[in-house]
Amino acid sequence: MEYIPNILFALLLIAGVGYFTRNVKKLSRNIKLGKDVDRSDNKSQRWKNMGMIALGQSKMVKRPIAGFLHIVVYVGFVIINIEVLEIIIDGLFGTHRIFKDVLGNAIYGFLIGTFEILAVAVLITVIIFWLRRNVIKLKRFLSAEMKGWPKSDGNIILYFEVVLMTLFLVMNASDLKFQDAEIGNVISQYLHPIFEGNIEMAHIVERAAWWIHIAGILIFLNYLYYSKHLHILLAFPNTWYANLNPKGQFVNDASVTKEVKLMMDPNADPFAAPPEGEEEEEPAKFGASDVQDLNWVQLLNSYTCTECGRCTSECPANLTGKKLSPRKIMMDTRDRLEEVGKNIDANNGTFVDDGKSLLNDYITTEELWACTSCNACVEACPVSIDPLSIIMEMRKYLVMEQSAAPTELNVMMGNIENNGAPWPYNQMDRLNWKDEN
Amino acid sequence: MKVPTMAEYMAEGKQPEILFWVGSAGSYDDRAKKITKAFVKILNKANVDFAVLGQEESSTGDVAKRAGNEFLFQMQAMMNIEILNAYEVKRIVTCDPHSFNCLKNEYPSLGGTYEVVHHTQFIKELIDSGRLQNVGDTYKGKRITFHDPCYLGRANKVYDAPRDVLNILNANLTEMKRYKSTALCCGAGGAQMFKEPEKGDKDINILRTEDALETNPDIIATGCPYCNTMMTDGIKFKEKEDSIIVQDIAELIANAQNL
Repeated sequence: MEYIPNILFALLLIAGVGYFTRNVKKLSRNIKLGKDVDRSDNKSQRWKNMGMIALGQSKMVKRPIAGFLHIVVYVGFVIINIEVLEIIIDGLFGTHRIFKDVLGNAIYGFLIGTFEILAVAVLITVIIFWLRRNVIKLKRFLSAEMKGWPKSDGNIILYFEVVLMTLFLVMNASDLKFQDAEIGNVISQYLHPIFEGNIEMAHIVERAAWWIHIAGILIFLNYLYYSKHLHILLAFPNTWYANLNPKGQFVNDASVTKEVKLMMDPNADPFAAPPEGEEEEEPAKFGASDVQDLNWVQLLNSYTCTECGRCTSECPANLTGKKLSPRKIMMDTRDRLEEVGKNIDANNGTFVDDGKSLLNDYITTEELWACTSCNACVEACPVSIDPLSIIMEMRKYLVMEQSAAPTELNVMMGNIENNGAPWPYNQMDRLNWKDEN
Repeated sequence: MKVPTMAEYMAEGKQPEILFWVGSAGSYDDRAKKITKAFVKILNKANVDFAVLGQEESSTGDVAKRAGNEFLFQMQAMMNIEILNAYEVKRIVTCDPHSFNCLKNEYPSLGGTYEVVHHTQFIKELIDSGRLQNVGDTYKGKRITFHDPCYLGRANKVYDAPRDVLNILNANLTEMKRYKSTALCCGAGGAQMFKEPEKGDKDINILRTEDALETNPDIIATGCPYCNTMMTDGIKFKEKEDSIIVQDIAELIANAQNL
């Protein structure tokens, strides 16, 4: 009978971690629906970027207030989670504050003291975050795409943090043995008097706070997959796999290169059968109309996006009232990818055409054509997401598969084809300027 | 105006120091042609041995690529590369950041690898090496604000060269609230130059002009023919064309040198 708490704890842990693992598998399956792209070059630069941008938060602090607040929560979250290790060991083996015996009072006191201070700092910061979203109503949290679930999602995460940090402090305050030891209770000593007189109540509260705290952490872990908050994990691979080329360099489509070379080669026979041993390739689809046409890094981008809206707040189209919002491009991509993933789950592992696509059903052509390709969104993203590359792939689809460019652009492209310039001037007049006054 | 072509150089069996890529705007657009000519004056003043492709130059395909027409882009690129490689071009200078970006970053994987510099970088080189001297005091104390072209700045991280050149003018260089990596686009990029904007509250060039006006400038300096058009239109819209001029850095240098 005395092992019941241990068994219960083990079951809770297995359930929490098991369900999370299941979701991670789904996440990884969905990301792999994207096309292959090689991002294995220049590993040292990639590690450096991950260290600086994800671990070091270098781009977060470009906006000092939000950056500072974020670092408090980030550091607090990461460091306080060391405590989870102790909780797991205690829970499985029925020990109590095992690290106190292992590490000794001095180190343990220092650690817990640090955790307590951080917990208070996180609490305060999270309240400021909540005020920014709900009272101060910062513009970037109020855009059209932030209504409904995205708005609730942002708040739910903050409530989670408040509850978890409070539980941690209450757990320490009601632990009379811990309080008597007078180590590391820098904050909780002030809550301790509430529990002092009533040993029984203190014990019940301590146990309840302990259990709810660990259960809360496991629930939070599993909430991630359904939330924008996945960035706490995916920011790391996302910054590692990010594009390292100059931002202005757009990918040259290899399938197009093959065709253009064939066209320009006077000796090529367009009707020739492919050389022996070479399979007839499926005719390539140019650009992207759905998530499967994007590459897996773009899909990883969509899961990494935490909807902070820094991209949208710097987008010239969005700033001047156009429909385009780079954040919405990322949210739409993720939503459609989730829809495709569920479709695959419901149809025993294969995707059954649902008559929908990322283009039109999620992202409209009006949004796509409003982009100036200025890279402000890419520059602004604190975790190296590239909304522009998705917009460009979708434009490519519109033009090359559907001939659906705006009329003026068709005229411009016609001019380039005929005159080698976007305007209807004669190629032979190209040097006339030198003799004009 | 002395503007030799690559064909002429080749006929003489010579190779110029640098190819000047004029670009479509620089060749045909009335406003941009002034920038082209100002830059040529600088090249001639500094005795730079340069040539243009002239009638053999064709659109880089940059704008077609940004509009989504990868096929047209690659056709243009391969045609141009064939010519550039036939002339054994090693180094290219251009006044258009879009051509600069495209030639520098997107031509190599299609077989065209050159050293490509923007004209502000090249002018800085000329000044640093002493080939362009006594720039002049025409703009001394004038309030100049520089609008970063997206394809020079964010796209290729060239922020200093244009500013260094402006500093040589002894002007009073002021920055807009959004500058360098956070500079706001003029609204012409991504093929927007050639179409009407989507529905919104405002045109992008007006918003950018307002950024510039906040610095209370005498001159808005640009480094891109498209930005120049957009900012000029913005200043006209604000009815400030009598008090504020929009000029390319090449024009400012040429003016300062009385060229």
